[in-house]
Amino acid sequence: MSTIETETGLNVSAPSRPSGAKAKTKAKAKTKTKAKATKTKPTRRSTPPPKAALALPLLKALAREVSRRIPVANLDDRDPDYIRASLPRAWLLSSLWFRGEVRGLGNIPESGPVLLVGNHSGGNLTPDTIVFTLAFSTYFGVERAFYQLAHNLVMSAPGLGFLRKFGTVAASSENAKRALDSGAVLLVYPGGDHEVHRPIWEANRIDFGGRKGFIRQALAHDVPIVPVVSIGGQETSLFLSRGSGLAKLLGLDRSLRLKVLPISLALPWGINVGDFLGHIPLPSKITIETLAPINLRQEFGDDPDVDEIYSHITRLMQETLDALAGERRFPVIG
Amino acid sequence: MKVLERVDVSAPPEVIWNYVGDPASYLHFISGITRWEVQGDQQSGLGARYRMLMRVRSAEIGGLIEVVEYAELADLAWSSVTGLDQRGRWRLRERPDGLTRVELALAYGVAGSGLAGWLSERIAAPTIRGHLRRSLQQLKRLAEHDQLRDLAAQRRENRSPAT
Repeated sequence: MSTIETETGLNVSAPSRPSGAKAKTKAKAKTKTKAKATKTKPTRRSTPPPKAALALPLLKALAREVSRRIPVANLDDRDPDYIRASLPRAWLLSSLWFRGEVRGLGNIPESGPVLLVGNHSGGNLTPDTIVFTLAFSTYFGVERAFYQLAHNLVMSAPGLGFLRKFGTVAASSENAKRALDSGAVLLVYPGGDHEVHRPIWEANRIDFGGRKGFIRQALAHDVPIVPVVSIGGQETSLFLSRGSGLAKLLGLDRSLRLKVLPISLALPWGINVGDFLGHIPLPSKITIETLAPINLRQEFGDDPDVDEIYSHITRLMQETLDALAGERRFPVIG
Repeated sequence: MKVLERVDVSAPPEVIWNYVGDPASYLHFISGITRWEVQGDQQSGLGARYRMLMRVRSAEIGGLIEVVEYAELADLAWSSVTGLDQRGRWRLRERPDGLTRVELALAYGVAGSGLAGWLSERIAAPTIRGHLRRSLQQLKRLAEHDQLRDLAAQRRENRSPAT
């Protein structure tokens, strides 16, 4: 299975290669077409392939490996006892390194399914998620089911299997539905990889990239949306560019469904391209504010306009982020 | 890890117990408490349950607790049902000099959390100790104020028949 990132911001699963007889037929057809193309354009053979093309088979192999490693979402993988035992570790990191401060958790309804919608910061390490997960788990208790949607690359990366115990599942509409149907609280970052790798000068900007799938999910399940706005995560490294052009040039968008190849200045690498191996985050103060719940049908009517809701939520979050930015005296220090 | 703080209050246990014996009022004088709600029908006494949270650096820590010991004017102890492992205790002891010694102790931790747990308990200790110390100072101020008011009222009563 491979994943396709939809304009909704939620990844949906799709078969990566056809199976059985159909596959064989398709493969044959492809070979024939290739052969035909070679016959009609013999001059192409003599020109050396560009470097990007050389990297393509490697990337395709990597994509297959990634797809193979994406675990099938099982909500039972979440382990409250494991989370509880891990809280001191998260508390040490959150308190001593990020000086985390989470406000307004009382805005989250005490029971029932809730869709938490956050702005995403901090590159692949996403320190805001660590700070928020700790605060949520201590506030409501580890007994309250809490899931987070994450990019497929995160879910398939070696050594990150423990995230499933925290309730992290691969980002897909199916998994979101499953979590909300079970009555859990679900945290989504509609901006995903697009937002999390934004350059430092856009640090205080909400940028979901027009992805509105979260609104459709909330409407479909009739659950309230609670916006979660964080600041400081984007100061944990010097993010320079999303590297969208580079990702396209290398064909990552087609092979790994990666639309970005971020470039940053980060410890201990210096120039960090891709951030695949992570980095040592700067000890930036992270402040998170949880806003009042938005009951979509109550506030926008029985047949609400998704675009209107989208602009309302992003405007609300932007205003909160601006206020949080106003409180900050210095970058990193807070 | 256990943190214990004590204070001598110039008031009898009866005055202090008005605050200590009514956990519903803890929100008003216990430092660092962000939530203290009665859970269930029982407001106070043995078996009463509360949901409490205390801010310790980056998180609000606590959970559901239950009163497990309730000896009027002397002892009140609670233990955690969910959340962080904790056991708290108020102890009031009358001294011969007319003062009342009040102790507030909190033992806390997360079983099975290993080295990180051991370390976090020690790093959290100064914050928790500070909360306990401030709580006792608040209690002392409230109780002594009540005591002074009671004594003043008594003096007024004693004076009024003579005038």
